[in-house]
Amino acid sequence: MLSRLIPVRETILGAAILALLLLIASRFSGFVAPANLLNVFNDTAPLIILALGQMVVILTRCIDLSVAANLALTGMAVAMLNVAMPGLPIPVIIAVAIGLGAVMGAINGLLVWKLMIPPIVVTLGTMAVFRGIIFLISDGKWVNAHEMSDAFTGFPRAVILGLPVLSWVALLTVAIFGIMMSRTALGRSIFAVGGNPDAAVYTGIDVGRVKFLAFVLSGALAGLTGYLWVARYAVAYVDIAGGFELEVVAACVIGGISIAGGIGSVGGAVLGALFLGVIKNALPVINISPFWQLAISGSAILIAVAFNARSGKTKGRIILKSAEASE
Amino acid sequence: MTDGSTPPRFIPDRLRTRKTRILHSWEILLLAVAIAIFVINSLASPYFLNAWNLSDATFNFTEKAMIAFAMALLIISGEIDLSVAAIIALASTAMGFAAQYGAGTPELVAIGLVVGLLCGVFNAIFVTILGLPSIVVTIGTMSLFRGISYIVLGDEAFRGYPASFAWFGQGYLFWVFTVELALFAVIAVIYGVLLHKTNFGRAIYAIGNNPTAALFSGIRVQRVKFILFLLTGLMSGVAAICLTSRLGSTRPSIAQGMELEVVTMVVLGGVSILGGSGSIPGVVIAAFVMGLVTFGLGLLNVPGIVMSIFIGLLLIGVIALPRLWTMAAAKRGRT
Repeated sequence: MLSRLIPVRETILGAAILALLLLIASRFSGFVAPANLLNVFNDTAPLIILALGQMVVILTRCIDLSVAANLALTGMAVAMLNVAMPGLPIPVIIAVAIGLGAVMGAINGLLVWKLMIPPIVVTLGTMAVFRGIIFLISDGKWVNAHEMSDAFTGFPRAVILGLPVLSWVALLTVAIFGIMMSRTALGRSIFAVGGNPDAAVYTGIDVGRVKFLAFVLSGALAGLTGYLWVARYAVAYVDIAGGFELEVVAACVIGGISIAGGIGSVGGAVLGALFLGVIKNALPVINISPFWQLAISGSAILIAVAFNARSGKTKGRIILKSAEASE
Repeated sequence: MTDGSTPPRFIPDRLRTRKTRILHSWEILLLAVAIAIFVINSLASPYFLNAWNLSDATFNFTEKAMIAFAMALLIISGEIDLSVAAIIALASTAMGFAAQYGAGTPELVAIGLVVGLLCGVFNAIFVTILGLPSIVVTIGTMSLFRGISYIVLGDEAFRGYPASFAWFGQGYLFWVFTVELALFAVIAVIYGVLLHKTNFGRAIYAIGNNPTAALFSGIRVQRVKFILFLLTGLMSGVAAICLTSRLGSTRPSIAQGMELEVVTMVVLGGVSILGGSGSIPGVVIAAFVMGLVTFGLGLLNVPGIVMSIFIGLLLIGVIALPRLWTMAAAKRGRT
């Protein structure tokens, strides 16, 4: 029943995006030109990458509100690293970004796992702390384009086979997560933990550890995006990606990932992100003030969550409520 | 010890005596922290112990605390409202809009309250009637409400509020006591009585601890939650009046990020984010702690963004330290 529902939800969302594109195309045919659609995809790539990390966290019944702050801190750190050591090769920069992001994710994960602090409290706290640390390390100053090396800013924009590297990274992340969620023990245990933590314990899954790993994954992706973001826009400052965590959560919710955990798919997260990406890029084209974007994505969240809740109402009764999990 | 979302509920054989209960309570710990911060502040800066400065410092928390009281009730009942700051933005925009057409102070106040109330009703309909998770709904309405402000205002700002409107955010009742501080005290008492002395308050605890059991004992769970969302909206409206009156202008980015500070205040006040426990006196002390920290650091010329590190660490620390303590005690007990 459930496995049949999930594709339905994605098909509807996919159809909604198509309808949206057709609607725009009926007035402004240039928007659906392949080159422009690739631009839209490239522009949405950071949101897609972050939405995948957030998806894993939400599937385990947690939430990570610190992703945008993590992104900004990692971005600032690698930008300053680049300024200090311009000769450092890009693979090292990327490794540092992913590593740093993963460490921040691990801090969240450890607090949730070992101290059992609710994830929303942990990540609200670390969000504020990470943002503050950016100010401390940068002294509130900006790192501008002319201070960064050409290799540093050029990497996400380099074109391979007609697509910028940024888009390729997003596609690669989607592929890796697609395989991980469906083909690996970790992926399945992430679903199990969110679907029914008590049953997961009985099947020998360490629920806390899986949550920890989910946070590490989310952090690592935020770190990676941090480098890509700063390099693409060629600027790093305290407030970059401010409030972006909500857009990431919105992409997941629109993509049909249940905030109650256990329900969701990689395809849904990607489509949710693309939906927001299309709206964001279409508004200036159809001559609507960009100030409408916030209200539109807010409405989209409400509609999506109301719609998804309706289709997922067939829940079984929990008989053994937290019998063993609380031991 | 595996599932973080459902910590075991500890049921002691014997109830604690009144004296040990008070000594172990969260509020006492928090009060000690508040006093410590007060002493450190007065040693660190010569400008701290000045009645006028201290009076100014209360603006750091009065508006947030007004919302925090309603939010505390909501969180105790097991729900959350992340849209409060956006409600402030929308209510403030509505007031600014009316002021352009020459609305007087009474009308502006009415508009602020009604818009807050309507936003609360909007959230409540989604959560209690459609049965959707409040965290997602209010993330959605947070974008929607603030989004409407952006549609109306864009990059403009509303000014030109009537002079008498400034009373709420800038007026003094007597000597150094501001109107906002008085409002804060009155609201604190109202919510304290509501939560701790009425059937309604007991119902909130019952719902937070076990909604099913609450329903079976005759509590109208959805109706109580509906009222709580309504109250949170209303308090956001009150805060919007105070903040708009104090700033004298409205931008769509007004009160940006305030929802996080409000939630921090509530959690710092000892309210369990999982619902079911917490108290209004705790939130009152937490409000003072946060106000004193930000004011003290401000006097030492610490920038706002660095203060957020302290607030973030405070939020995690006050929850983590007692848990580390009990974990260490349990380990010692076992060996």
